[in-house]
Amino acid sequence: MSVRGQSLLSLRGLTPEDLLEVLDTAESFVEVNRRSVKKVPALRGRVVASLFYEESTRTRLSFETAAKRLSADVLSLAVASSSVKKGESLRDTIATIEALGIDAVVLRHRASGAAEQVARYVPHVRVINAGDGQHQHPTQGLLDVFTVRQILAARRGARGSETGAALFEGLHVLMVGDIRHSRVARSDIDAYVALGATVRVAAPPTLLPPGIETWPVTVVDSLRDSLEWADVLALLRLQQERGTGRFVPSLAEFTATFGLTQERFALVRPEALVMHPGPINRGIEIDAAVADAPASVITRQVANGVPIRMAVLFLTVAGAREGEL
Amino acid sequence: MKVLIRQGLVVGRETRVADVLVIDGKVREIGPGLAARGAEVVDAEGCWVGPAFVDLHAHLREPGHEDAETIESGARAAAVGGYGAVIAMPNTEPPLDSVAAVGYVLEAGRRALVDVGAAAAITVGRRGENLTPMAELAAIGVRLFTDDGVAVRDAAVLRRALAYARPLGVRVAEHAEDPDLVAEGVMNEGVWSGRLGLTGRPAVAELVTVLRDLELAREVGAPIHFLHVSTAAALAAIVSARRGGVDVSAEIAPHHFTLDESACEHYDANFKVNPPLRTPADVAALRRGLREGEIDAVATDHAPHAPEAKDQPFDEAPAGVLGLEHAAALTFEALGAESAEPTRFFAVLSRRPAALAGLAEHGGWVEAGETANLVVFDPQATWTVDRDRLHSRARNTPYHGRAMRGRARTTLVRGTVVAHEGEIA
Repeated sequence: MSVRGQSLLSLRGLTPEDLLEVLDTAESFVEVNRRSVKKVPALRGRVVASLFYEESTRTRLSFETAAKRLSADVLSLAVASSSVKKGESLRDTIATIEALGIDAVVLRHRASGAAEQVARYVPHVRVINAGDGQHQHPTQGLLDVFTVRQILAARRGARGSETGAALFEGLHVLMVGDIRHSRVARSDIDAYVALGATVRVAAPPTLLPPGIETWPVTVVDSLRDSLEWADVLALLRLQQERGTGRFVPSLAEFTATFGLTQERFALVRPEALVMHPGPINRGIEIDAAVADAPASVITRQVANGVPIRMAVLFLTVAGAREGEL
Repeated sequence: MKVLIRQGLVVGRETRVADVLVIDGKVREIGPGLAARGAEVVDAEGCWVGPAFVDLHAHLREPGHEDAETIESGARAAAVGGYGAVIAMPNTEPPLDSVAAVGYVLEAGRRALVDVGAAAAITVGRRGENLTPMAELAAIGVRLFTDDGVAVRDAAVLRRALAYARPLGVRVAEHAEDPDLVAEGVMNEGVWSGRLGLTGRPAVAELVTVLRDLELAREVGAPIHFLHVSTAAALAAIVSARRGGVDVSAEIAPHHFTLDESACEHYDANFKVNPPLRTPADVAALRRGLREGEIDAVATDHAPHAPEAKDQPFDEAPAGVLGLEHAAALTFEALGAESAEPTRFFAVLSRRPAALAGLAEHGGWVEAGETANLVVFDPQATWTVDRDRLHSRARNTPYHGRAMRGRARTTLVRGTVVAHEGEIA
């Protein structure tokens, strides 16, 4: 089940080959992004609609940039000022933009499952999930594993694509924080585990999802004991806008028990990578200075958003072989 | 007006194959080879002839949400489903919390195809504070009081309701889910909710409310009814309390004993109900309870919603599914289909719910002299649910496309054929 010519709703069920195809394609687009003319004609004449029902800076910008660099036409619906404000249903909005002749829709929605629902409404349009509620954020998961592979491969003087999935074999990933409400955690875990990494999660019990015991991860009670174990520290955003505050006694206590403070950071191995999907709550899940430390690859994650989303748009919309670029 | 039902398996004090002659709304005679002269003949060979079904729990949406259902359309769906009587739930707009509001429903019900009774709210506005005029409501025929949709949050209010209801001969009925524990939940809390990123309604929310209510009913010495019991643990608590002497009755809904939480996998709001679809173990426990006689009634929790309301993201769509037109087939299947006992089948679909609703003309054995509220149920019939051919105004069935076994062939209300072969007569 390659992502070629399909909607990308979730990373669940994708094989290592499916994931590597996206990563390798993205790698070829990194090069495009370094050119002075950062544009290829891969999606010329195609129309990509960008439909964000939730506020977003980086995801929206990086999707729209990706589409434009592939020469697609971008229809950007500003939900806040559209007929959605007048009570138009998701189905009617989708029907309206489909009538304009679109090839793909990039959807961000506050409701889990919204992307799958839209995919049912418009079976001939490729739907790319740019984050649905607390469910999945596939392109974030992809850019996270892409970033890890890129950096680890470079340390060995190789390109990521030359290493396949080998660098994930036995890789230790420690995910910290609000797993329960995090769509990034669900996509990250699917990607890391499929590629062969070992994942531990550390969080207060109230921030773990129900049924976590059936997930392919190990829950650890103490963050401290796993800090030295980790090759990758994947921090998650404490989503105060989703009322996460009620799940812990206070933000200060969360920081004291699960925050990546300077003191805890000292226990992390020097070659480990510190990641965060942003936007960062500095001083809550991560100390401000640690966020800017050399181990932190947060800005690299942001930079890789564009090539990953170019790869996803290219594969899902054009569905063509890489050689036809 | 004469109807002759021929050659059916007549479910009475003794169950036997016979003809049933109905004249002027009453069962006149039961026996072999009765004369058909001047009578409308209903062929019932291979069918069960029993008391028409009685639904304790139907949301007829009137007044307030006539876009989803009306008393008239809900009664049509009921007739086709084999029902002779339905109890309308009080969570309308305005809610059925006054003599005037209940009177409106009963009046509209007199013009409907089947008998329509009403449950009234326990508290004014279903706000969980002041009791409704329960004595006046009992005087116009209300036997069940419920704030269905939500449990009574304040234990003191529920205790007061139980005490006030006791001498009236009426029953307080709870939607047993602790409102604080369910909070904003939209499906069963568990492996599936965690994976799908949907907020859960934990099973323990049902259990803690059932346990609280059972103890209050025990202390007050009042009867209590639990609506749509959905978990193995709550059912076990009810059975245990009943053995301990509490006057407790329980209904279960077909969707809870035929579907589990995995049905929510694709975020289709036609599988969103409160209480939510539970685990396969809960489904198995409810089916076992049904077969072993621990359940008083199968009640539909028929909950129509307009298509555009259901066609929203899962956590924004309203909860509830249709039930009246497929409940009998699903009950038949859960009781073992060909091995199902007709007496058990009619006990949960008609006799016991009629007694709980205080409907004297319903739920009797098929015997000479009884009011002819009857159903001819064909256990051999096979059919497929088609949401576009249901008689409800709404289409929100979770069973679209599902093959069913067993169907009400003919429904009689006071001796008149009101539905036949899936259509209004």
